[in-house]
Amino acid sequence: MAKTLFDKVWDKHVVDTITDGPQIIYIDKHLIHEVTSPQAFNELAERSIPIFRPQQIVATADHNTPTVDQHLPVKDALSRNQLKQLTENCQKNDIELYGLGHEYNGIVHVIGPELGITQPGMTIVCGDSHTSTHGAFGTIAFGIGTSQVAQVFASQCLLMNKPKKLRVNVNGKLKKGVLPKDVILYIIAKLGTNSGTGYFCEYAGNVFEEMSMEGRMTVCNMSIEMGARGGMIAPDETTFEYIKNRKFAPKGDDFEKKVAYWKTLKTDEKATFDLEYSFDAEDIEPMITYGTNPGMGIKISEAIPSLDDASFEKSLAYMNFQKGERLLNKPINYVFIGSCTNSRIEDFRVAANYIKGKQKAPNVNAWFVPGSQQVAKQIKEEGLDVIFTDAGFKLRQPGCSACLAMNDDKIPEGEYCVSTSNRNFEGRQGQGARTILASPLVAASTAVAGKIINILEETSTLELV
Amino acid sequence: MEKFERLISTAIPLPTENVDTDQIIPARFLKATDKKGFGDNVFKDWRYHKDGSINKTFVLNNSKYTGSILVAGNNFGCGSSREHAAWALAGYGFKVIISSFFADIFKGNALNNGILPVQVSEDCLKTLLQLITKKPDTKIDIDLQNQVLQIVGNVIVEKFEIDTYKKVCLINGYDDIDYLLSKKDKIIAYEQEQQF
Repeated sequence: MAKTLFDKVWDKHVVDTITDGPQIIYIDKHLIHEVTSPQAFNELAERSIPIFRPQQIVATADHNTPTVDQHLPVKDALSRNQLKQLTENCQKNDIELYGLGHEYNGIVHVIGPELGITQPGMTIVCGDSHTSTHGAFGTIAFGIGTSQVAQVFASQCLLMNKPKKLRVNVNGKLKKGVLPKDVILYIIAKLGTNSGTGYFCEYAGNVFEEMSMEGRMTVCNMSIEMGARGGMIAPDETTFEYIKNRKFAPKGDDFEKKVAYWKTLKTDEKATFDLEYSFDAEDIEPMITYGTNPGMGIKISEAIPSLDDASFEKSLAYMNFQKGERLLNKPINYVFIGSCTNSRIEDFRVAANYIKGKQKAPNVNAWFVPGSQQVAKQIKEEGLDVIFTDAGFKLRQPGCSACLAMNDDKIPEGEYCVSTSNRNFEGRQGQGARTILASPLVAASTAVAGKIINILEETSTLELV
Repeated sequence: MEKFERLISTAIPLPTENVDTDQIIPARFLKATDKKGFGDNVFKDWRYHKDGSINKTFVLNNSKYTGSILVAGNNFGCGSSREHAAWALAGYGFKVIISSFFADIFKGNALNNGILPVQVSEDCLKTLLQLITKKPDTKIDIDLQNQVLQIVGNVIVEKFEIDTYKKVCLINGYDDIDYLLSKKDKIIAYEQEQQF
């Protein structure tokens, strides 16, 4: 029978099927961090259940960590305790931990791929909804709750009902200045925040085939923002090239054998989907959001729509925007480039290319937060840090930072922040903070102009992107 | 896990759509390492103003509305996978959430914590919201065994769906860990098979 990419990976991981119930799905890699793991460790300890496969778990500290002075003790007592518990739990259970300051430390969805932990055909879970990121490699990867973290600790398996299958096709030629972030914001704006609930999404078409791995990760990362548990892109030469020679990637003959298998991981021509959408690349423009969920997005030059709906109006009231308003020239005091969506080397290259020779606007506070120590290192190696410093920007240390504002990186009440992160929920970046989601290019241009500008009109700089 | 079979209670209306888990429990409260105390901070930034004063316009602060059922707008629980949202709702005293649509991860987290997510049609949700908003003493009867939602003293009856396995778990208070551990042999056999 013709199978989709998703079917192929899923079916290979079915341990057992409960009649009229879920299936037992084997999990190859389990990524953990300090915020959603402590209660799971406690649960197992209380029930005297050992961790079944500690070698298949990798831990990092990212959500609740400072992005300055990481060499000093963490100031906040609760955060410090959470990090201490993670360290103790990992030591006790023989789990590899890339803690604060470690050369491999960083955001869980940045380090997995860059260390070669993430590989095609795997199942990967993490107590974080943006685990969908790893789907960029043709991986079934999805976020889980803490009870499920405990289940994977105990059995390396999860009980799951097989999701339905959705495919989103984007074909054609993207305009200059349109980045992968714009593609996914466009898709979510078209389909809505719950269009993918109950589905696993495959992204197909030449637009994704021509994207870098970093771009594919940005797209898959935001699958959950349309409700889909995960998103996937079929692995190809770009994928294999990215994985080759990474720390935990298979080497030599093993690598070649794996590649032969990975090449089989694509949707068969006759395979069918429960739901399918197609979009033209030419219709996509740089995107921004104006509301309090990622589906509330428009092309940067468009006006906010006028809907007669209480939830919509509540959202606009929170953002202090009016129906029909345009956001071009809106003064912006905060810019955040970071998060598991856009904190990889390519994102900083885009920002640096734009910023080179320009200056930060005096009204702007900009936080540039690399996704990992490895990204931070590469930024230096490529000299991007000099470009940022010359323009008046400062790089911070790796972590989730202002994406969810668990640490001190909070946007003040009432302020707008043009952010490369993934969620514009009320208070997401700090109590009363107003988030406008955008690509790293739009974020960089906002940081320079001090207001939202139409990047498509800046043709001279677009040659660089 | 606490068992759940049937609940008859008044309900609290929250018609807002797309209530995300950041609203249910803001990220700054995720620093705890146990499951206790989250109920105090459920919907914190809707219940309280930034200066700590009570937001009297928010439904949880309206003494007319009480009960352990929350009736919420479409796409409840979207966003983050944080199970803290389920702990916060349970900690506050909610045992049932009724909506026309639930986000995937939240639904699973709720079920893993003895909270029953009851999915009803858009029309039914609209009727329920209108009814309980007007008549706060309206009682809703949630019968898990028969998968029926009924308004006490009213003609409204709605069947709801639930995964058979999860239903058995809720009624008996079982959790998935018990089940998975009972399948250890099969899991080990699977691992060995994959090595060849």
